Amino acid sequence: MGNAVQAVLAILIGVGGIIALFWILNAVVERLPKRQEERLKPYVFVGPSLAVVGLFLLYPAVLTVWFSFQTRVGTPDQEFTLDNYVYLFTDSRLHSALINNLLWIIVVPSVAVAIGLLVAVLSDRLKPTSEKIAKSLIFLPMAVSFVGASTIWLFIYAWRPPEVEQFGLLAALASVVGDPPSTPILQISDFRLNSFALMAVVIWMQAGFAMVLLSAAIKNVPEDTIEAARIDGASEVQIFWRVTVPQIKSTIVVVTTTILILVLKIFDVPRVMTSGDFDTNVIANIFYDQAFTFGDRGRASVVVVALIVMTLPFMYLNIKRFREQEAQR
Amino acid sequence: MSATTSAPESEEALGAKKAPPPSSEGGAGASWFARFALVLVCVIFTIPTLGLFISSFRPREDIITSGWWTVFVGRGLENFSLDNYQAVLDAGMGPSFVNSLAVAVPATVIPILAAAFAAYAFAWMDFKGRELLFVIFVGLLVVPLQVAFVPLTQLFNDLGVTNDFLKLWLAHAGFGMPLAVYILRNYIGSLPREVIESAKVDGASHFMTFWRLIIPLSVPALAAFAIFQFLWTWNDYLVALIFMTSGQEVVTVTLAELVGSRGQDWHLLTAGAFISMSVPLIVFFALQRFFVRGLTAGSVKG
Repeated sequence: MGNAVQAVLAILIGVGGIIALFWILNAVVERLPKRQEERLKPYVFVGPSLAVVGLFLLYPAVLTVWFSFQTRVGTPDQEFTLDNYVYLFTDSRLHSALINNLLWIIVVPSVAVAIGLLVAVLSDRLKPTSEKIAKSLIFLPMAVSFVGASTIWLFIYAWRPPEVEQFGLLAALASVVGDPPSTPILQISDFRLNSFALMAVVIWMQAGFAMVLLSAAIKNVPEDTIEAARIDGASEVQIFWRVTVPQIKSTIVVVTTTILILVLKIFDVPRVMTSGDFDTNVIANIFYDQAFTFGDRGRASVVVVALIVMTLPFMYLNIKRFREQEAQR
Repeated sequence: MSATTSAPESEEALGAKKAPPPSSEGGAGASWFARFALVLVCVIFTIPTLGLFISSFRPREDIITSGWWTVFVGRGLENFSLDNYQAVLDAGMGPSFVNSLAVAVPATVIPILAAAFAAYAFAWMDFKGRELLFVIFVGLLVVPLQVAFVPLTQLFNDLGVTNDFLKLWLAHAGFGMPLAVYILRNYIGSLPREVIESAKVDGASHFMTFWRLIIPLSVPALAAFAIFQFLWTWNDYLVALIFMTSGQEVVTVTLAELVGSRGQDWHLLTAGAFISMSVPLIVFFALQRFFVRGLTAGSVKG
């Protein structure tokens, strides 16, 4: 019970603290002469969020780049080195993980978008009630945490020796079709099969997200463009590829890049399901191990620098798109 | 970014907005193939959760000696109970659940309030560096969280910040802030100019305009972001794993630990997973429309 009281207190302090902060800052500025008040007030409003972002994203980003050139970070012997970059370009474990990340960013966004698109198109033709039920079922995994989803799928992939009854669905199905599997799927690294088994979890989670956005886009496609194609004698399949898809292209791009950025940093699923063993490691997990298991902050930082470099194109695209939107305002 | 929220809200993401095309016309409507494919996808997507859910009521022995699907032919139905839930609550899930709430509620309110103030300033106040500062927020949308962990662990150590909750609130506030500012600024900026100006004419200060006018008018965007951020912090594993160091735990960390240390104890894992998922599932079913809107709006986050 003490735990609950503590939690309520914590919530009150956290929520009350932020309200009090703005109230006090505002009260201080309002005491100033009118001119200064007008000039300072915007910064009072923007200040706290800027401070938080500066402290938690900007300052660490700069420090991370700096640490990537340092050895024995955090000790008195800290000094300049390029060893971390040598590690980045030569370590075979890291490269194996990079290959996995590459597979992840190719497979997961495309399959999730394909399933999302399929469901969006097909359910669009159902009665509203059936459409709603179908979409809710596909969308539900989105609410679950990565750890929860990993647990759910570990149960699907559960394996027991071939002599006894299988309680994992996948192994049970395999036993029905052919021989009972001799090894658990998460340990089969041939063709990176186990990595694909992990990707299935994230596809399962993200397909609903893709579906929701794509479905909204499809419903915005003007009916008359489809009608015109139909009158010209186009088949439903042709209409889909030549009329619908071109008109929802920008949404497809947004959804694909969003999922891509997500899987670039994928951590929870490999961490919980395989700990990165059996060739399933990914760079975010290597970062975690370097930083918090081996305590090598230089190496950890260089891995993050690699991650930042990979997200730079998306940062550029976001800003470009934002500028275009502003121009239209 | 085609999906950002703006003021006149009319999307109905999960329901059919447009009337379905008249049936039996030009091959539109659902063919048997379309129906079959859709049912198949739905079944495949539902089975994993369903299997875990059913298993969470079965005793330990039953779970590992027979598949959960055997209950459909009546095997072991009489053994169903809530014992697993009791066991996993006693094994640490109870306190973790409370901790998760204590992390997620302030970690949602803090960035929302701070971001709403900033969004108002970005949208309706003139000041030097306005555009540059906002572009910084846009650029930060995709920065990987991993940048923060090593420098901040060190910083928290140096400053002597030992309160886990404070660390997590601030960290989540920082990570959620770019998205919050971005969504809210787009929304608040699309409110009608006359409304804000008439308040000014009536002599209302910015502070009063903000509380009495902007906040009530922005409820849809605030709710959308609140749900996104709440679920994000509730479901977070990595940030909690790194910053919770004093032995307190949140549900995701406890569940992951159970998987690691008691991976064969499926009676605990199944029930534990459902306890950790209970809050997101309630949000999902109760607030589905806001939830969808929040996720759609969040689609630019990195």
